[in-house]
Amino acid sequence: MRSEKSNRAPLSLKIAAAGGLTFMHLPILLIFLYAFTTEEKSYQFPPPGLTTQWFGVAWDRPDVWAALALSVKVASIATATALMLGTLCAAAVSQTRFFGRETISLLVILPIALPGIITGIALRSAFSMADIPFSFWTIVLGHATFCIVVVYNNAVARFRRISGSLIEASMDLGADGFQTFRYVILPNIGTALLAGGMLAFALSFDEVIVTTFTAGQQSTLPIWMLEELIRPRQRPVTNVVAMIVVVVTFLPILGAYYLTRDGDQIAGAGK
Amino acid sequence: MTTAVLFDNVSRYFGAVRAVDRVNLDIAEGEFFAMLGPSGSGKTTCLRLMAGFDQPTGGHIEIFGETAEGVPPYRRSVNTVFQDYALFPHLSILDNVAYGLMVKGAGREERRKAAEDALAMVKLPGYGTRRPGQLSGGQRQRVALARALVNKPKVLLLDEPLGALDLKLREQMQEELKSLQKSLGITFIFVTHDQGEALSMADRIAVFNEGQIQQLGSPEEVYNQPKTRFVADFVGSSNVLSTKLCQRLGLKAAFASLRPEAIVLAAPSNGALSLAGTVAGQSFLGATNRVVVDVDGARIAVASPAAHVVPAIGSPVTISFAARDLHPMEDA
Repeated sequence: MRSEKSNRAPLSLKIAAAGGLTFMHLPILLIFLYAFTTEEKSYQFPPPGLTTQWFGVAWDRPDVWAALALSVKVASIATATALMLGTLCAAAVSQTRFFGRETISLLVILPIALPGIITGIALRSAFSMADIPFSFWTIVLGHATFCIVVVYNNAVARFRRISGSLIEASMDLGADGFQTFRYVILPNIGTALLAGGMLAFALSFDEVIVTTFTAGQQSTLPIWMLEELIRPRQRPVTNVVAMIVVVVTFLPILGAYYLTRDGDQIAGAGK
Repeated sequence: MTTAVLFDNVSRYFGAVRAVDRVNLDIAEGEFFAMLGPSGSGKTTCLRLMAGFDQPTGGHIEIFGETAEGVPPYRRSVNTVFQDYALFPHLSILDNVAYGLMVKGAGREERRKAAEDALAMVKLPGYGTRRPGQLSGGQRQRVALARALVNKPKVLLLDEPLGALDLKLREQMQEELKSLQKSLGITFIFVTHDQGEALSMADRIAVFNEGQIQQLGSPEEVYNQPKTRFVADFVGSSNVLSTKLCQRLGLKAAFASLRPEAIVLAAPSNGALSLAGTVAGQSFLGATNRVVVDVDGARIAVASPAAHVVPAIGSPVTISFAARDLHPMEDA
């Protein structure tokens, strides 16, 4: 029998946990703080003064908007591609048995385990060998490689929970393949796809390494920020953009977390 | 009489495994038909062949005179009650029941009315707004039944319909299924491994073993006159008498079956056959005592009414039975 007391953490552990969390999150708060500093050349602490002028400056800079638009476009198209291919792949792997099934499953997941720099170099040399000019579409392709993985992983977990007889029951009751997908499969995997899609979008939105190797002259938002840090002028603009990126990526991930957490009740009652 | 489902030499092989091996069936319209057998005997594969979830490797299937091979499940006038019920977890009970009408494009009001009628038929009126997760096993089973019947199928397939229910509920559902089948007049074909279920509900029973039909007949035939040793064993634990005992009883057959309840622990009255042995074991089963009698090394089970006194173990006893209860069998 465990006493109630043993469930309570000792003070030292609490302090260590608090310290760990602070170490992880305090730097992010500093980014936010420097978005309001009056000093534009260096990050001196404490900031000599606070201002909101950088929001206006960032708003008026066309290069910020171009980078943001490119990032949103790339992330949207890479996510859409991943949703389609990842779902199809998950359906094939979880609902059927065929030769090489495990291998395909592994190959699909591999890109997320591979260091981005390897994916990047591999894609770059492949594009050069095939004489494909670097463009918007090469960035999308690069991002899709790891976006498919997150969609696939989410979808395959949900597909495994749909009992095979649900699909048979739908067919038995007169629904053809398309109707079965629309009325039975989609409602049951919908939240998993939404969660996977949001994660994929967030991953694509802040990707640097693969993008460096597959982009031509365009800069996505993270690349733009990297370039901006080297320049001496108007540094807080980068912080303003960083703040926006945090909010834009944090909200979908938070949403994905809540959606998959509720997933048990949505698809659990198979019988 | 119209033939509802016809199997002409149907086989289904999975690699080297002969799940269904040259099966012939002729199920009549309005019949309550049972496919009985142990797991892996091919009965469920036969059901899946009828529903269209699987295609035969060889042979020919007809449903109401129409060739069934290659026809997808959604174009067959056959509906299934699944073993795990397979209710759609994301839909309400009403939408579950109305699903078949919804995919056919029926109007909202028509769907609601038909689904409510179907729910009333299975004694679940007013349950439409609930979710499958909120229902008990027995209630889900009724919903699955209503959902399959709302399409007005010509044949209803039931895969181990009562397998997941407790004994009391099972007996109640047996009665209900039977009377439902009578009032609707639809052909019911059900798969079960429970011989009691098959005997009590079906008009005819096909006993399956290793992909083949061992015997096909009325419950009385299958129970009283098992054709093979497997049927004798599987349908209610019959005694199988060896060649030696058959000869001693003057029967010209290799083997014979003898029901435990056809034997009495007493000296033979006029015309009855008898064997002498010793009591080897005894157990109380409620309405009867199961007494095992050792006759020259062969163990013969006797179902003796509980009111009768059971002789002590080791004491000599005479068992007797009427000659007509001894049924010769084709093979071992």
